[in-house]
Amino acid sequence: MSVSELGPPMPRTEKGHDAASTAIAAIDVHDLRMRYGTTDVLTGVTFQARHGEVVALLGPNGAGKTTTIEILEGFRMRSGGEVSVLGTDPAKGTEAWRARLGVVLQSWRDHSKWRVQELLEHLGTYYAPYSTDRISRPRDAAELVDVVGLGEHAGKRVGQLSGGQRRRLDVAIGIVGRPEVLFLDEPTAGFDPHARREFHDLVHRLADFDDTTILLTTHDLDEAEKLADRILILAGGSIIADGTADQLAKSTSAEAEVRWSRDGERFVHSTTDATTYVRDLFAQYGNSIADLEVRRASLEDTYMSMVRTFEAGRHDDAVRSFEEKNR
Amino acid sequence: MNPTTAAVRSGLARGRIELRQTFTTPQDLWGYLFPTVVLLVVMLLMRGSTIPGTDFSRGTMTLPSVLGVSVAFGGLVNLMQYLTVEREDGTLLRAKATPGGMLGYLIGKVVMVSGMVLVSIAITLIPGMFLFEGLALNTVGAWLTLAWVLAIGLVATMPIGAVLGSLFSNPRNMGLIMLPVMGLVAASGIFYPVTVLPEWLQVIVQVFPIYWLGLGMRSALLPDNMALVEIGESWRHLETVGVLSLWAVLGLIIAPIVLRRMARRESGSSVAERREKAMQRIA
Repeated sequence: MSVSELGPPMPRTEKGHDAASTAIAAIDVHDLRMRYGTTDVLTGVTFQARHGEVVALLGPNGAGKTTTIEILEGFRMRSGGEVSVLGTDPAKGTEAWRARLGVVLQSWRDHSKWRVQELLEHLGTYYAPYSTDRISRPRDAAELVDVVGLGEHAGKRVGQLSGGQRRRLDVAIGIVGRPEVLFLDEPTAGFDPHARREFHDLVHRLADFDDTTILLTTHDLDEAEKLADRILILAGGSIIADGTADQLAKSTSAEAEVRWSRDGERFVHSTTDATTYVRDLFAQYGNSIADLEVRRASLEDTYMSMVRTFEAGRHDDAVRSFEEKNR
Repeated sequence: MNPTTAAVRSGLARGRIELRQTFTTPQDLWGYLFPTVVLLVVMLLMRGSTIPGTDFSRGTMTLPSVLGVSVAFGGLVNLMQYLTVEREDGTLLRAKATPGGMLGYLIGKVVMVSGMVLVSIAITLIPGMFLFEGLALNTVGAWLTLAWVLAIGLVATMPIGAVLGSLFSNPRNMGLIMLPVMGLVAASGIFYPVTVLPEWLQVIVQVFPIYWLGLGMRSALLPDNMALVEIGESWRHLETVGVLSLWAVLGLIIAPIVLRRMARRESGSSVAERREKAMQRIA
């Protein structure tokens, strides 16, 4: 597998936080609201994704990740707010707009009688009229089968693929039209570590060489950290954090954990300045220090503490409003 | 290429591919052959008895009637089943996520179901021509009648199938539809002349396409004097075209509305929800 299989590299736009790049955002969501009956699922989601950016949407179950992504895909009507994907409101998206999107669906057993390459070729034909000078559509099915690592299964019936192979086919279907924006809803659920690694490589290539804007939802924090240029945390119906994995870690806690052992005894210490602390430690005890470990807050720690703080905050709000009512 | 033309062409290709798939899947082949064999055996057993008031074999009269039912069933039930099953398994959502995919999907299904009906007619008619005496298929007119009844029958029944298929989200609820349909078949003069039934029942069955498809097929395949046992002692071609066209027009008006509404509601989470329900049924 080589990067050239994905076609000629596109000129890469500079990823900057300046106003010019946000003006041409591939995805622009402002104050998105969604209400089912009397339940508010989204209470004002605002974020942007620039062209070629990989954005991960994280959040606890029921936070509204899937609802958000389905609204952006044009599969679900919103209750309020402004949404634009490639400059178009998804609720009014035409077929020409749809041709520029890729959607990786959670499959089950559709097209089970079709053969792998045959299905990709067929679905590709729908994109042919939307080919432009800049982007040739669709991708070649035979090449695509190789790109997602299904080369030896090209002639197999889809129903005979294993779960992981099936998922890779879903990704292939999602990118057969050479999308400018790709939506991935929990793409690696059920992948083994090897398949996961290969999938990550594929996402990197899509973002780097095809300049594809990618919005993915995941439960896997490690995955979000590896794949995403930027991470959004969705909780309680709105975005509670937005930034790179590093920025998020710094925003919650600057503390690192230092562990060591001395004369067979184990020690743990939390500090904001691990470097100075370790230097002092060695100055004081020298060679008797062993098993040294310095652990910065991981994305998981950050995520857990953010969601916990947020939920505690909501609890406080609830208590406050309760007290106000009973005054 | 114009996007709509491209979608139509993709749809035609889709129908061809799916037809090839169904005819190379042993399970599907069994599904075509089994009912045909059963019907042929039933008709052979009826060969000895005659239609009351004539010396015409009941087996021979039943053959064209059964062809009429095959068209109605093939058009209506197959399309309905495909829509509910493929909605549950995510095929429709996949079509929705593809530009022009819904149009392509529908054209593909129409091609496929029409092909399936043609084949099931052929595998009943061809052996039937050798097994039953008294069929009058020796004129061009007879074949032309067969062709137009078949064509208008498909146009009349497929949209109804699409509407019913859009309304039922659970494939396992389709029994609700199948029961009255079977009742209609029993009362539509397929296995014996409809004129022996009480008049109120005759009125009811004449509202639905099954009776008219049976009549149309009989008019194509049977000698003209057999019209004497029919209502009004005539093949009533005008009425046949009238009623079937009415169903066709009605279906073609309602189907796009219902299909659009159904398609609009499809999303990843609605498919996931149905999948979970299906899993619970299995477990």
